[in-house]
Amino acid sequence: MSTIFGVPAPALYGQILIGLINGSFYAMLSLGLAVIFGLLRVINFAHGAQYMLGAFAAYLILNYAGIGYWPALILAPLIVGAIAVVIERFMLSRLYGIDPLYGLLLTFGLALILEGAFRYWFGAAGQPYAAPSQLTGAVNLGFMFMPIYRGWVVIASLVVCLGTWLLIEKTQLGAYLRAATENATLVQAFGVNVPLLLTLTYGLGAALAAFAGVLAAPIYQVSPLMGSNLIIIVFAVVVVGGMGSILGAIVTGYMLGVLEGLTKVFYPEASSIVIFVIMAIVLLVRPAGLFGQEE
Amino acid sequence: MAVGTQYLAEQPKLRTSSMVLGAIAIAALLAAPFFFYPVMLMSVLCFALFACAFNLLIGYVGLLSFGHAAFFGGAAYFTAHAAKVWGWEPLSAILLGVAGAAAMGLVIGFVAIRRQGIYFAMITLALSQMFAFICLQVPFTHGEDGIQGVPRGYLLGILDLNQPLAMYYVTLAIFLFGFFAIWRIVHSPFGNILKAIRENEKRAVSLGYRVDRYKLGAFVMSAALAGLAGGTKAIVFQFATLTDVQWQMSGEVILMTLLGGIGTLIGPIVGAGLVIALQNYLAASDFPVLVLIGIIFVICVLLFRRGIVGEILEFTRRKSKSAA
Repeated sequence: MSTIFGVPAPALYGQILIGLINGSFYAMLSLGLAVIFGLLRVINFAHGAQYMLGAFAAYLILNYAGIGYWPALILAPLIVGAIAVVIERFMLSRLYGIDPLYGLLLTFGLALILEGAFRYWFGAAGQPYAAPSQLTGAVNLGFMFMPIYRGWVVIASLVVCLGTWLLIEKTQLGAYLRAATENATLVQAFGVNVPLLLTLTYGLGAALAAFAGVLAAPIYQVSPLMGSNLIIIVFAVVVVGGMGSILGAIVTGYMLGVLEGLTKVFYPEASSIVIFVIMAIVLLVRPAGLFGQEE
Repeated sequence: MAVGTQYLAEQPKLRTSSMVLGAIAIAALLAAPFFFYPVMLMSVLCFALFACAFNLLIGYVGLLSFGHAAFFGGAAYFTAHAAKVWGWEPLSAILLGVAGAAAMGLVIGFVAIRRQGIYFAMITLALSQMFAFICLQVPFTHGEDGIQGVPRGYLLGILDLNQPLAMYYVTLAIFLFGFFAIWRIVHSPFGNILKAIRENEKRAVSLGYRVDRYKLGAFVMSAALAGLAGGTKAIVFQFATLTDVQWQMSGEVILMTLLGGIGTLIGPIVGAGLVIALQNYLAASDFPVLVLIGIIFVICVLLFRRGIVGEILEFTRRKSKSAA
């Protein structure tokens, strides 16, 4: 059996793949956080809960309405996005203009309500959710066997990340969004409905999280705790990347995911803390983050 | 000038009234164990001190730490280990917890003060989560089991803390010491500089203050006092577990402070009392605690951001203004 740095090659490739998959989720979630923060100046602590909600939406519409994976991939983000729009209209919008810490505390409260309610209904244990039949099985890549579903997750997340980036950088709507990030009052004076833009942005961010949740459902179990476990790591990813740049958030997400996978191979004891250690180092060397600018 | 004199004239009146209130409160605390269950009172005292320590940072420096559980729970582990495995006397075990929490505060604070506002909250949360992962893995914390059966021992080798009343009065003394320390810090020149940083950091820098050092100093003090609360809790309840280091605990202390009133001296105590009472009350029922905590968070942020004590203070201030 071939080895690389004293580690069997298949184990190394396997961990890199797992790292890529984790990185896909880090990238999608930190992208959503960055989009929301860019315009609303709110750190969406409920992002993890919205991710969990997406997975549960898929699970619930499968078990109560018989709606399968593919429609759920569209429906769950729509449902969660709609809930987020209501939250933004009736709660978050009251907090614009005051200390952004209150937005963090409000969304933290919302996250606790969602997590607590789902724990109450479903218990802390995970519920299984099967991958669709088209995506089961594995494919031989020559150097390793890859489960098809895992490959699909990496590709789907790449497409979603790129799509969001194009939406923001290359479309008229994205131009409004970027302009409103720079100077909301001026953009409003030009006749753009900025409050609507804020609402849609929060809805879009939450929908992204829900999409990630549906993708995650067949890999990790659908559990009320899946969001809070992930959101803190994603916060660290966001600090490392700096929230100024959309592309930065995406690249940092994949990079740290792979790095975490590699740590599992070479020094497994540190794998759960490696991202936090990197965050601390980045803060000491470059406080604004890898892609951020000093404010 | 006029504002200054008015302020000076107000001071003595405020002082005597708050001293009377303070004396009544201390008398009530001394009598409390004869009317309430001492264990619950001690729990309130520990968490009230924890919330006051947290409030020192958010209320007087304007830094929201989302990772204070690391200091509270970390100190609980250090104290429990010293008392149980090394057989230390309880007070020195608690002091070891304080020293450990202060050292952690120095390291975490040094990294975290490099960013402000929302980033500071995320960084402290991430670093405390890292500490929670470490606690899960290192052998001395005993993983999921935690350190159980910590002996209360004899305070300074004399006073038997297994007697509930003795334990209560020691806890009360520690709480009053911590509260007095915070009161002294807030009303010292150091505390005034902290408030200046909160109000306008750039101006404080331009006045020649090394803002980072003051922030780090406040962070270490806050961590040490949170450690005092955590170490005492380990002796009172005779265990230290992962619950105390996890992010939910950081959230709880934020809620206590927010509910009572950020930036008020007694707000965190009121908040801690209410949250503990509510948790005890709910423990018997079926209602999920997490949901209720979340709901209180949302209501506080949307409806009364000053907290209970803060709103009362604001109300009396307005009333006295309209009377004058």
